[in-house]
Amino acid sequence: MRDQVLDEMDLERERGITIKANAVRIDYTAANGDEYELNLIDTPGHVDFSYEVSRSLAACEGALLLVDASQGVEAQTLANAYLAVESGLEIIPVVNKIDLAAADPDRAAGELSGVLGGDPGDAVMVSAKSGAGIDDLLEAIVETLPPPGGRPEAPLRALVFDSYYDTYRGVVALVRVVDGSLTEGERVRLMARGVDLDVDEVGVRRPKIERTGSLVAGEVGYLMTGVKDIGLIRVGDTLTNADKGASEPLSGYDEPKPMVFSGLFPTDGDDFERLREALDKLRLNDSSLLYQAETSRALGFGFRVGFLGLLHMEIVRERLEREYSLDLVATAPSVEYRANLVDGGQQIVHGPQDLPDSGRLLSIEEPYVKVMIITPSQYIGTVMELVQSRRGEMGEMNYLSPERVELHYLMPLAEIVFDFFDMLKSRTRGYASLDYEPAEYRISDLVRVDILLNAQSVDAFSTVVHKDRAYAYGRAMVHKLRELIPRQLFDVPIQAAIGSRIIARETVKAKRKDVTAKCYGGDITRKRKLLERQKEGKKRMKMVGSVEVPQEAFVAALRISED
Amino acid sequence: MDPTDSTAEYPPDSPVLADLAASWKSAYIHVPFCARRCPYCDFAIVDESAGGAADHTTYIGAVAAEIGMAADFGPLDAVNFGGGTPSRLAPELLERVIGALEVQFGLSEGAEMSLEVNPEDWSDEYGRGLVDAGFTRVSIGAQSFDPAVLDALGRLHDPDAIARTVSGVRTVGISSVGIDLIFGHPAETAASWERSIAAAMALEVDHISTYSLTVEPGTALSREIRAGAPAPDDDVQADRYHRFCDVASGHGFVRYEVSNHARDGHVCRYNLSTWAHGEYVAFGLGAHDHRWGRRERNHRRLDRYLGAIEAGERPRVGVEHLDDFHQERDRLMLGLRLAAGTPLTPTAERFAASEAGRRFIQAGILEAGDGRLRIIEPMMTDAVAREALSVSWHDC
Ligand SMILES: Nc1nc2c(ncn2[C@@H]2O[C@H](COP(=O)(O)OP(=O)(O)OP(=O)(O)O)[C@@H](O)[C@H]2O)c(=O)[nH]1
Ligand code: SF4
Ligand SMILES: [Mg+2]
Repeated sequence: MRDQVLDEMDLERERGITIKANAVRIDYTAANGDEYELNLIDTPGHVDFSYEVSRSLAACEGALLLVDASQGVEAQTLANAYLAVESGLEIIPVVNKIDLAAADPDRAAGELSGVLGGDPGDAVMVSAKSGAGIDDLLEAIVETLPPPGGRPEAPLRALVFDSYYDTYRGVVALVRVVDGSLTEGERVRLMARGVDLDVDEVGVRRPKIERTGSLVAGEVGYLMTGVKDIGLIRVGDTLTNADKGASEPLSGYDEPKPMVFSGLFPTDGDDFERLREALDKLRLNDSSLLYQAETSRALGFGFRVGFLGLLHMEIVRERLEREYSLDLVATAPSVEYRANLVDGGQQIVHGPQDLPDSGRLLSIEEPYVKVMIITPSQYIGTVMELVQSRRGEMGEMNYLSPERVELHYLMPLAEIVFDFFDMLKSRTRGYASLDYEPAEYRISDLVRVDILLNAQSVDAFSTVVHKDRAYAYGRAMVHKLRELIPRQLFDVPIQAAIGSRIIARETVKAKRKDVTAKCYGGDITRKRKLLERQKEGKKRMKMVGSVEVPQEAFVAALRISED
Repeated sequence: MDPTDSTAEYPPDSPVLADLAASWKSAYIHVPFCARRCPYCDFAIVDESAGGAADHTTYIGAVAAEIGMAADFGPLDAVNFGGGTPSRLAPELLERVIGALEVQFGLSEGAEMSLEVNPEDWSDEYGRGLVDAGFTRVSIGAQSFDPAVLDALGRLHDPDAIARTVSGVRTVGISSVGIDLIFGHPAETAASWERSIAAAMALEVDHISTYSLTVEPGTALSREIRAGAPAPDDDVQADRYHRFCDVASGHGFVRYEVSNHARDGHVCRYNLSTWAHGEYVAFGLGAHDHRWGRRERNHRRLDRYLGAIEAGERPRVGVEHLDDFHQERDRLMLGLRLAAGTPLTPTAERFAASEAGRRFIQAGILEAGDGRLRIIEPMMTDAVAREALSVSWHDC
């Protein structure tokens, strides 16, 4: 059997992380000879995908909470443990990677019992690599976790906990049947959507699909309906019978909410249509991906794209570039602001270009998140300092063990999106982990910083930042651009401005010499060819007002601002 | 009016003179021999420090033979020996070439006969040999009057040798003398450039060419810079250039091309004609010839060049045919280097009216008027020429 059976995507296999949940059924004969069918769902662990985790938890009776024996409990472990507890699931603590030389299984088990309550001895010690303890784990599952309940005779209620797009079969939904049964040939209704569908095929995944004709209460499997539009079958929706269906859906349906927004532009303007097609295709398998065409004077045609978080953003960009061979430039990521208007209205702002004029603007609200950081205790001071410099407010602090501590903060999401995560990792030598969840909106002192070339604002470089950071951003950008923009026929002032107030300024001095001395022995051909070659090199220039800016300068300035 | 009368009649930067020069006929003879290669030079030369003195007689024999193979062109108005270092050749060898040119094409009355001379090669006896050979003009490779800069440029002479050569040229009775200067080497300071300018003025020569030091790929200079040596600075070079122009014009020099300044009556005809899109025949190693809408070039390697001549073939390696439009484009590109500018032909006018042209005009770099298109900020000539080359028949 190959490794990473359930991480099927190339990118998952390469990066070694789960991006998309996957489901599998296995048959198990217990030590006492009883036969079991185990339905397992493997979810991503990263905070960006916690919506998927919570949907999957809603489809289960129990959860295995895995920690790495050499790392101990991490922030995501804790966040996901809380989600499982809230869903009322039975949790089996598992300490994995006990084969590692650096493993400290007892410490990890101690931390787990601190989080979940109970005895450290409850944790099952395993090595997925060597197979040690796997039998104990399977026994623990059949002994500890309750078998699925549900009423087979009641009207159908099945939870859609994931879906994917298959080129030949259309949308395939992964479902957990809670009540009743789901049978081929019947007509079912999506309760949140209010749409009826024909059940073409149902079955289970092992993980290859195996047609069974029907699924009954307690079972997990797949459903095909011939639907091609993935937007129709949303994760979290409840399926019921079209005729005499259930009255109550399974649990509240939430749209996954994008948290981070960024403009994506092809470096080659001719690639705009290809970018649209690529996004459309990606969306078939990722309904959380939202995008809208956008025009930038500096970067041309592109899209404003909403992502679940920074990892999601990075993955989408990488897939677009690799799977669709696109060369992209991305504007600085932004969060969703709310602009309160003088007339009492409110406007959603996904990027600096959406911000209303200061005349109409009363105040701006920004999203705050509850942040959880788990760090070795020696870094507490460092982390606190960093959080304070990023406008964080201290909340609770718990020791998981004498060496490791769990810190809670309230903090603007924009700060996390900016550079907080990298700073946290680098200042704790990679030991701290981070998780967050949306908390509230607060009025903040936010401003839009514009960058002007020769008095013309360059939309690609505008950004919304807290007033305290505006000056540093302006200065850094202006300085970078001064180095990137070639000298022109006239002096080019580069300015950073808040409204009409200039906060930073540098000048690209006019070019004063562009001539070569003489031609060798009347070699006009060579001279002409040299000039033509140089001219060719200038083709990728974009005009910003009367200033020629190489496309590379935009790309480089935006890339640097990511670092 | 013949070229001699025209140069006497019109100032060096006269549009009338420039237009007349477009119909002059010139010859260029390449003399590739150099005592050693200067660190900034990428010309086709034979470095005699490497393999000992080359066989000058064989080379000149080959050049004479090449001249004998050329199609008729009509009498020459200007002949220029460039290099390399023409003054490494004995006057008799130079005279042999002039003889061959005379036989093949004829020389017009009062034709300009010019050569480049390095100061270390000069002696009055050598000069008398030049007069006998028929030379009317000498251009001295002075480069600088600052010993430190001369050293950095790898030159073999000292400043005194320049003065000796100038007065020697006068003594033997050559009627026009010019010097070449190179400015903007990182070893040069503002003060040393000032002294070089003053020294050049004090010599009261007839013509001065000032070239900004350019870093050509593959030269020793470019390797040194890559290894961390200071590179020439464009702004410094622009300052030095303008300073020279100011002082020179105060001394009666008229700038007629980006790098060339002459007193009245002393414009270098070969030079002016080349930039005015005049025709020229060219002979010798790596030489380039321009006639009848064709640009042809010779082998750059001596063995190939000599081999071709020996085989009785013309030593050409390449030819470029230019249709009317492309000739017109060349005329524009070259004419922009002249202070007189280029006639405001429909092509030139289209360029002036183009977006790029308008930007140059607005920036005070280009000027269109009185039937001429001319650059008024010569240090930006390539920027303009680059755009001028991309005008098409269809541009408006
Ligand atoms: N030595 C050792 N390595 C293991 C063991 N189990 C997993 N790994 C390695 O740990 C890395 C992460 O494993 P995954 O199974 O992808 O972890 P995950 O928890 O699913 O990660 P996400 O899905 O991204 O949350 C991989 O490189 C595995 O090879 C183990 O028991 N021992
Ligand atoms: S003397 Fe002139 S041609 Fe000879 S190497 Fe020096 S610069 Fe080049
Ligand atoms: Mg995984």
